Amino acid sequence: MSLKVIQPGLSTSIQDLGRPGYFHLGIPIGGAMDRFALRVANMLVGNPEGAAGLEVVFMGPEIVFEKDALVAVTGADLPAKVDGKPQEGWTAFEVKAGQTLKFDFLKSGARAYIAISGGIDTPPALGSRSTYPIGALGGIEGRNVQAGDVIPLGEAEMIEPGLNVPKELRRLPDNPAELRVLPGLYWHRLTPAAQEGFFDDDWTVALEADRMGYRFKGGKPLEFVGREQPFGAGADPSNIVDGCYSYGSIQVPGGLEPIVLHRDAVSGGGYFTLGAIISADMDLIGQLQPHTPVKFRKVGMDEALKARSDRKKMLAAVRAHLG
Amino acid sequence: MKTRYTYGGDEHIYVEMDDEMSLDAFFKSLSMSNAVREAKIEGVTEICPANASFQVRFDPDVIAPKAMLKKVQELEHKAGDAEKRLKTRIIEIPVYYQDPWTHETLMRFRERHQDPSGTDLDYAARINGFDSAKAFIEAHHAQPWFVSMVGFVAGLPFLYQLVERDKQLQVPKYLRPRTDTPKQTVGYGGCFSCVYSVRGAGGYQMFGVTPMPIFDPEQKQSYLRDFMVFFKPGDIVKWKPIDREEYDRILGEVEADTYVPRIAEVDFDLEAFNADMPGTNAKLMEALNVA
Repeated sequence: MSLKVIQPGLSTSIQDLGRPGYFHLGIPIGGAMDRFALRVANMLVGNPEGAAGLEVVFMGPEIVFEKDALVAVTGADLPAKVDGKPQEGWTAFEVKAGQTLKFDFLKSGARAYIAISGGIDTPPALGSRSTYPIGALGGIEGRNVQAGDVIPLGEAEMIEPGLNVPKELRRLPDNPAELRVLPGLYWHRLTPAAQEGFFDDDWTVALEADRMGYRFKGGKPLEFVGREQPFGAGADPSNIVDGCYSYGSIQVPGGLEPIVLHRDAVSGGGYFTLGAIISADMDLIGQLQPHTPVKFRKVGMDEALKARSDRKKMLAAVRAHLG
Repeated sequence: MKTRYTYGGDEHIYVEMDDEMSLDAFFKSLSMSNAVREAKIEGVTEICPANASFQVRFDPDVIAPKAMLKKVQELEHKAGDAEKRLKTRIIEIPVYYQDPWTHETLMRFRERHQDPSGTDLDYAARINGFDSAKAFIEAHHAQPWFVSMVGFVAGLPFLYQLVERDKQLQVPKYLRPRTDTPKQTVGYGGCFSCVYSVRGAGGYQMFGVTPMPIFDPEQKQSYLRDFMVFFKPGDIVKWKPIDREEYDRILGEVEADTYVPRIAEVDFDLEAFNADMPGTNAKLMEALNVA
């Protein structure tokens, strides 16, 4: 039993919690940009938290259901309608066989997650159903969802509709958004003034913002500590001998526009990185629209770990709430 | 060489063996990343070796970052003691230099290049002191290469040429990266060659194209049946220049899933190589003759 895609939306893809273990070959972990939202959507419809759902960017798809199912939409505020009837976000609702799920315009956030009872049952690639189009892995034939696609569903454990996650247990970025950064990696390449300026400046999300990385603009160009470039690094002061990139790492080619690598990160390259977004704030990036004002805030490891533990507590609170 | 340890956020430890490229730094990074793998430290989720550095990804809920860093640091002496010897393979990769497809692409992105008036090869030849693209191509394929990193995107190899430093070819990357690169383009940036495993964005100069797929999720080629990614760090590559006719012949075999690349098992000993580079390379390439 399955879903039929009438309209795919702008960039809708099948995602789960990703495929760890292949980054050393240039195949990134992938999976939902906002993992908290995907986990919660799955919980609401009685799926395992890591079941595959749909990640929807800015504009919702139009989908006809071929069987009865429970559905939940979390993450961005993208109002869902079943045969024209509005449905609450962060709440499990029923869709009957033959009914159509459509969406109104996006109100806030950037990515909505649609979980369907039973989960999406496309063939896993390297242990995951997550779509990685660059490597043609996961999803349907390794690509994003298209009109006419028939998406298979797994066997559902039927639970009652109506489960809901209250506002205080949802997470969306503030405006301006704050992203916490642990300095490190090639931080020493920046002058003290540039190190300070990066955190003082006001940035906004650029148009080039996708699953591979988010670009930011508006801050002052960063100055580098003078040196003779090491052999093999390349002539620009922002170049290094090609090395590994961390998820969340911040590279600034030419010292101009920072790029934060996200779930579909390239695994390495020749640009210096000044540190990385802490793991607790990675989900937030997936909810940033272009032009959103952003402040980067410098934190130490203790605060990074505290934030990580707070995120786990919030997830535990959702689990407890949903019983 | 001085090893530098740093954090990449709360989930990664980054270890730089040296800030400049050398085979010594590569070998040290490879043996140390192997030592980390063999230590089977609980909480480690990914180990990524690079040219002169490596990265360990871990779960800070299982092991605290400080404890993780200490465990990695304790393994440094093992890397120093490790034999700089590899049981590996040499692979002949056919390259159609100055092919029409990378030519079309480089002309399309000419305004992003340092020298809009010529081609990437003309430019690379000139800045490396060669009097023609032909002479530069000869220098590119005459001596073998060492795969010092796999990554960027799916299965893309970075290669470092097995010659003295003063004979290394060096070229900058494009001023602004291209949004398109043909699949299997042989590229060049800094002191590294690469093969673009898939079509997509790229900043390396483009010299030619190989008809041999090196990444295929469908694993149709015999040499990709074990795994969808062909290259691994430590592989040795000999480029073989081919013309259009041979390119088309190989492509026909690839399309019929019958192409078999020339591969020979070899040993690589860094000290022997440092003592006699031409002799070591000659032996490596001879192995291909009987493959």
